[in-house]
Amino acid sequence: MSNLDEFRQQTRAWLEENCPPAMRTPVNSFEDLYMGGRNPEIDHPDQVVWCDRMAERGWTVPQWPREYGGGGLSKEEVKVLRQEMRSIGARSPLDSFGISMLGPALLQFGNEEQKQEHLPKIARGEIRWCQGYSEPGAGSDLASLQTKAEDCGDHYIVNGQKVWTSYADKADWIFCLVRTDNTGTKHEGISFVLFDMATPGVTTRPIKLISGSSPFCETFFDDVKVLKQNLMGEEGKGWTIAKYLLTHEREMISGFGSASGKSIGETAVESMGADASGRLSSSVLRQNIAQYQLDTRAFAATMSRIGDEARAGQGLGPASSIFKYYGTELNKRRNELNLAIGGEGALGWQGERYDDGLTSRAWLRSKGNSIEGGTSEVQLNIISKRVLGLPDE
Amino acid sequence: MALVLTEEQQMIKDSAAGFLAEKASISQLRELRDSASESGYDRQVWREMVEMGWAGIAIPEEFGGLDYGYTGLGLVLEQAGRNLSASPLQATVLVGATLIAELGSEAQKEALLPAIASGESVVTLALQEGAHHAPQQTAMSALKENDNYVLNGSKLMVLDAHVADQFIAIARTAGAAGDEQGLTAFLVDAGAGGLTVERSIMVDSRNAGVVSFDNVSIATENLLGDEGQAWSGLNRTLDIANIGLAAELLGISLEAFERTVEYLKERKQFGRLIGSFQGLQHRAAELFAELELARSIVLQALQAIDENAEDISVHASACKAKLCEVAQRATNEGIQMHGGIGMTDEHEIGFFIKRARVAQHLFGDYNYHLDRYALLSGF
Repeated sequence: MSNLDEFRQQTRAWLEENCPPAMRTPVNSFEDLYMGGRNPEIDHPDQVVWCDRMAERGWTVPQWPREYGGGGLSKEEVKVLRQEMRSIGARSPLDSFGISMLGPALLQFGNEEQKQEHLPKIARGEIRWCQGYSEPGAGSDLASLQTKAEDCGDHYIVNGQKVWTSYADKADWIFCLVRTDNTGTKHEGISFVLFDMATPGVTTRPIKLISGSSPFCETFFDDVKVLKQNLMGEEGKGWTIAKYLLTHEREMISGFGSASGKSIGETAVESMGADASGRLSSSVLRQNIAQYQLDTRAFAATMSRIGDEARAGQGLGPASSIFKYYGTELNKRRNELNLAIGGEGALGWQGERYDDGLTSRAWLRSKGNSIEGGTSEVQLNIISKRVLGLPDE
Repeated sequence: MALVLTEEQQMIKDSAAGFLAEKASISQLRELRDSASESGYDRQVWREMVEMGWAGIAIPEEFGGLDYGYTGLGLVLEQAGRNLSASPLQATVLVGATLIAELGSEAQKEALLPAIASGESVVTLALQEGAHHAPQQTAMSALKENDNYVLNGSKLMVLDAHVADQFIAIARTAGAAGDEQGLTAFLVDAGAGGLTVERSIMVDSRNAGVVSFDNVSIATENLLGDEGQAWSGLNRTLDIANIGLAAELLGISLEAFERTVEYLKERKQFGRLIGSFQGLQHRAAELFAELELARSIVLQALQAIDENAEDISVHASACKAKLCEVAQRATNEGIQMHGGIGMTDEHEIGFFIKRARVAQHLFGDYNYHLDRYALLSGF
């Protein structure tokens, strides 16, 4: 038996024994995920049990090195672990911006002390992070950010305002873009700092969205003291890290659309009926659904192709530039179709009859997908200029 | 299978690109058109293609082919699309040989496939009867009289009809229009009594024709497969044909797009390069995204043929529908973004839209395949 087969058997046995039954049920929404932190939101006590057991083996972040709280697994082993988790329907034990965003950036750009300090706490779900990027005057044009970090010897004093900080009201620490220098071009003079949200001078206020939920906040910094040991990378070179993380974020958002289970066409037939030939009763809606499913199929094939090309050593081709744009636009189309198929039932906002507005709220929330993390228009600008080489003015 | 080309496939693609750009480019197509070429393609160039093995590229080695699979053929067709190369590749290699391999007896395959692979014989399918692709609706009758079948009716959109050596005619020996059962495939020699072939001049300057059957008598041994049982082999052949045409449409779309992007970087209006206008940039970027999707879905479908995937019909209709949509957009934008010069016959961009619409139409267009894709997907 190969080592990988042995690993699979051991993993299967361990998961069978350690994954609590309640953690083998589907996650219904983004808000249901376990995110850890000093004051974790706990829907079910087994979330903590499951997270702790996995963290003990380093399997909340199986691909990270062991010395930073990871599992130290090879790519193949990580794949096996994910397959085995999927086969019993195991939930992800811990999801956080620390794992998906800051961690990879720390591994690449952080110094040894920073890695030792922060990575194990992310892996164990002890500290929950948020991201301080956008500002009221710096959305699509992120590099024009104005939050100021003044050099005071061994520390900075930070003043300014961030907006669209996801879960800032629930996070323990923030990774934040600040301006340490105003003299160069707008991309220069940006620095990447980390600090505790409990530091005096930090306040947050949730923003209520059209979907009724408040995943984002406004965050205010009023003379916030940040020690220089919490500067990540070089002073003034934070834009490099920011770009790296934006790529990560875009990949995450483009993944929102990959829903599983029954196809939307089949769902439509169940709720609206079909004619004798099996065609959905509304022919116009049917065409829209077919075109959507066709595009989803071709998009999925493209994701596979890009992965296969990268594995074959061909690098990340220009096609990767379309992920954020196309994935989010597809997700918006899907949500519009859900609304069209559901009719009255999809327009409900409250009450059991309407599942507390599951469909309508998801539909409204999807509108933000093509805005957050770089608007579709910014993505198209990037493709035009960087991939097609079309000229500036 | 990973969605990347093998070294061998990459070589096929590169050599096809080089050869066709030199020997069968758009300027050659223009010359064939303007000189009212008798054959509609350059016979010498076709011979060279045959020598490179393209006529047998997907035919198994035991029948004289190269056995590079349909992915190999698809890569050649993509390059033929880029160059708008006129040749019997589609008629006899993509469709004719495939249908013989699907329906023929061992003896028929041994007799017919090596002849196609060696370029000796051009065999083409005579299927369509009305303005639209509707294979189940085939009504042409074949009545059995003693040991022969007598065919009456007419077929149109028959590729390379006037240069074909043999036709595979689909006719009805039982059932009524609309039935899948009762369709039979007949091998008909071009010189058969009662057969008339009329060359059609189509918008793409490529060969198609109308073939009329007036009491054409066919011997039993010239049935391809069993009487009344042609449907499943025909259906699979049409799936493969549509994937091959999608590969050609991919080449057409990519070439039209790349030429258009180059033009945006050259043409000045209002004192600036028109490629700097965001109105054009975003349309180009959206089209780029669609073309990336098109590349993936074509390669996936070609591989599905070679892997004998069970859901080949889903692949075929998804792939053809998507490529019809993308090719339509790429060729329309090509003309619009070229402006006035794009409307002139002198400029080559107009050639792409003409061939694209014919390739889109062949064996079912966007509307046909989107409907079929939805049906196959359970709605």
